[in-house]
Amino acid sequence: MSSSTQLTKYQSKVSSKRATAEPTWIRWTLIAIVLLFLGLFLFLPLAAVFTEALRKGYGAYLSALAEPDALSAIKLTFIAAGIALPLNLVFGIAAAWVITKFEFRGKSLLITLIDLPFAVSPVVAGLIYVLVFGLQGWLGGWLSDHDLKVIFAIPGIVLATTFVTFPFVARELIPLMQAQGKDEEEAALVLGASGWQILWKVTLPNVKWGLLYGFILTNARAMGEFGAVSVVSGHIRGMTNTLPLHVEILYNEYNYAAAFAVASVLALLALVTLALKSYIEWQATRAAAVVDY
Amino acid sequence: MSIEIRNVNKTFGQFTALNNINLEVPDGELVALLGPSGCGKTSLLRIIAGLESPDSGSIHFNGEEATHSDVRDRNVGFVFQHYALFRHMTVFENVAFGLRVRPKSTRPSNAEIKRRVHELLELVQLDWLADRYPPQLSGGQRQRIALARALAVEPRVLLLDEPFGALDAKVRKDLRRWLRRLHDELHITSVFVTHDQEEALEVADRIVVMNHGNVEQIGRPIDVYDNPASPFVYQFLGNVNLFHSRVHQGTAHIGDLTVCLDEHKEANNLNASAFVRPHDIEISRSSIEGKTLSAKITYIHAIGSLVRVELKQALKDELIEVELSRERFRELALVEGEQVFITPRNPRVFLNKAD
Repeated sequence: MSSSTQLTKYQSKVSSKRATAEPTWIRWTLIAIVLLFLGLFLFLPLAAVFTEALRKGYGAYLSALAEPDALSAIKLTFIAAGIALPLNLVFGIAAAWVITKFEFRGKSLLITLIDLPFAVSPVVAGLIYVLVFGLQGWLGGWLSDHDLKVIFAIPGIVLATTFVTFPFVARELIPLMQAQGKDEEEAALVLGASGWQILWKVTLPNVKWGLLYGFILTNARAMGEFGAVSVVSGHIRGMTNTLPLHVEILYNEYNYAAAFAVASVLALLALVTLALKSYIEWQATRAAAVVDY
Repeated sequence: MSIEIRNVNKTFGQFTALNNINLEVPDGELVALLGPSGCGKTSLLRIIAGLESPDSGSIHFNGEEATHSDVRDRNVGFVFQHYALFRHMTVFENVAFGLRVRPKSTRPSNAEIKRRVHELLELVQLDWLADRYPPQLSGGQRQRIALARALAVEPRVLLLDEPFGALDAKVRKDLRRWLRRLHDELHITSVFVTHDQEEALEVADRIVVMNHGNVEQIGRPIDVYDNPASPFVYQFLGNVNLFHSRVHQGTAHIGDLTVCLDEHKEANNLNASAFVRPHDIEISRSSIEGKTLSAKITYIHAIGSLVRVELKQALKDELIEVELSRERFRELALVEGEQVFITPRNPRVFLNKAD
C-alpha cells in the first residue's frame, strides 16, 4: 500500500516536472538569445580589450604599463580605493547597525540618503565637490588661505570616490541584518556583554560574508570610478590621474595600444573581483546550507 | 529572589500592551504568564528582564527597585522562543559566552570556565554536543543549550519566553516535565510565558492569566482551573460549553432549565452566560422537568480514554461538547442522530457586562 502511494507520488512528480517545463524549441531559443546578448555585449568587448592591448606585442604592452604616468595612475587609484574602502566599511557597518537594530525617527530618510549616490549622476557628485571646495566655491577662500588643496588634488579624488561608493557596504548588510533580527544581540546583552563585545563577538561574525561581498563591490567601484573623479581631478598627468582617467587621455591621444594596455589592467581587476565574488557567494551559501540544516 | 511588579503600564503607539499590572513572584516559585497572543505577557517578561522599559510603574527585585537598572546589572537569565543561540559559535562557546564577556576582574579562569560549562551541559544532558554548532542540533536540544547558556551566569531570576513554542508536541511534553524537575532541583525564581494552557497547568506553581494587557486571575493551577474568575479565564483554560441564560433573583434560566445560584441575588432579569465543562454534562434518555435540556447527537468521537459527543439543541447554532467515560458510553449505547436529554452539573454563571 505505502509503496504504491510512493510510486504514484514519484510519478506525479515526474509528470509535474514535464507539465511545468517549456517545449524544447522555446528553451533553446531563450538560451540562444542570452548567449548572443552576452557574447555581443560582454565577451566580445572583453576579448577586444586584450587583443588591442597586445596588438603591438608584449614589449609595448609592458612598457605602456611601466611608463611613469601609468604607474602614478595605478598608485593614485590604489590610494583612493585604500582610503575610501576603510571609511565606507566603518560607515556601512555603523549605518546598517543603527538601521536594523534600533528604532528612531527619520530612519527611512536615512535609508534614502544612503541610496543617494546611486541616484545622483557621478558627474553631479563631482560638481558638488567643486562647488564646495573649489577656488570659487563656498570653502574655497578659506582653503586657499590655509594653503590646502582639495579640488584638482588627491583629497578631492578620495572624497569623490568615497561618495560614489558609500552605499555598497550598507546596502549589502541591511537586508542581511534585518533577516537575522535582534534576538542574538538581546541574548548577548542579557548575558552581560557590552555594546562593543556584542558588535565584535555576535553581530560582525554573523554578517562576515555580506561584509566581504560589500567590501569587494566597493573596491571594484572605487577603482573603476570615472565621472565624479574626472570632474574633481583636473587631469594632471602623473599627478591627479587615476587609471580610468589615464585610459581616457591615452585614447584621446590616439595611443590605442597603451590605452588598451592600461584598460586591460582594469579589466583584470574586474575579473579578479568577479572570481572573488563568486567564491564568497559559494562560501556563503555553504555556510547558509549548514545553518538551514 | 522575589520579583514585584507595581502599577506597570506599557503602550506601543495606540496599543495598550500592559494596563496597570500588579504582580508578585515569591522567591523560588515557577510562575506561568498565560494568555492569548497579544495579551501583553511577552512585554511583561521583557520589562522584567530590562529589554523594554515600562511607561510608568516599577519593578522590584527582592524589594529593591530595579526599574531603571541596566539589563546587564539585573542578573537575569533569559531564554528566547527561537533560542537565539549564537550561530557561529560552538555549543561550548555559546554556554561560555556569559562568562567570557565579564570584565577581567570577575572573569573566571579558562579552566574554571571549562569546568562550569561542562557541568551545565551535563545538567541539560547534552555534554556530548559541546563541539557542535547550533544549526546541527534539533529544536529540543537547542532549547536546552539556550537554557544552559542562561544558567551559566548564575542568574537570580530565570525568564523564559514561550520556551517550547517552536517545538513539536512530543518534545514539548518531555521538555516541560524536564523543566519542572530542573526547577525543583535548582529552586531559581522563574517566570515563563506561554499561550498553552496545558503547559501552564502542568508545569507552573502559579498561573497568571492575562488578556488585553490586564491580569484576569492569579492562582494555583487547580484554583484557576476549578474556579475561573472571569468568562475569559473559563474559556481560555480547557474546553467549555457556553449557555446563554437569564438570571433573576439568584436563579438562572437556561432554556427550560432552572438553576439556583448562591450569587446574583439582586439580579433582575439580566442576560448572563453559563459555563459548563464537557465532563460536567450528563447525558440521559429521560427528561426531568426543569432539570434537563433536549439535544440531538451530531457527532461521536470514540477514540481515546474518553468519548467525546457533540450535540445540538433545536433552533440553536452552538455545539455542545460532552465528555463521558467509555463505560458510561457503552451503557447508554448512544448513536449519532439520536435525540437525548442533557443535565449540566454546577454551571458557573457570569452576568453579561453589556447589560
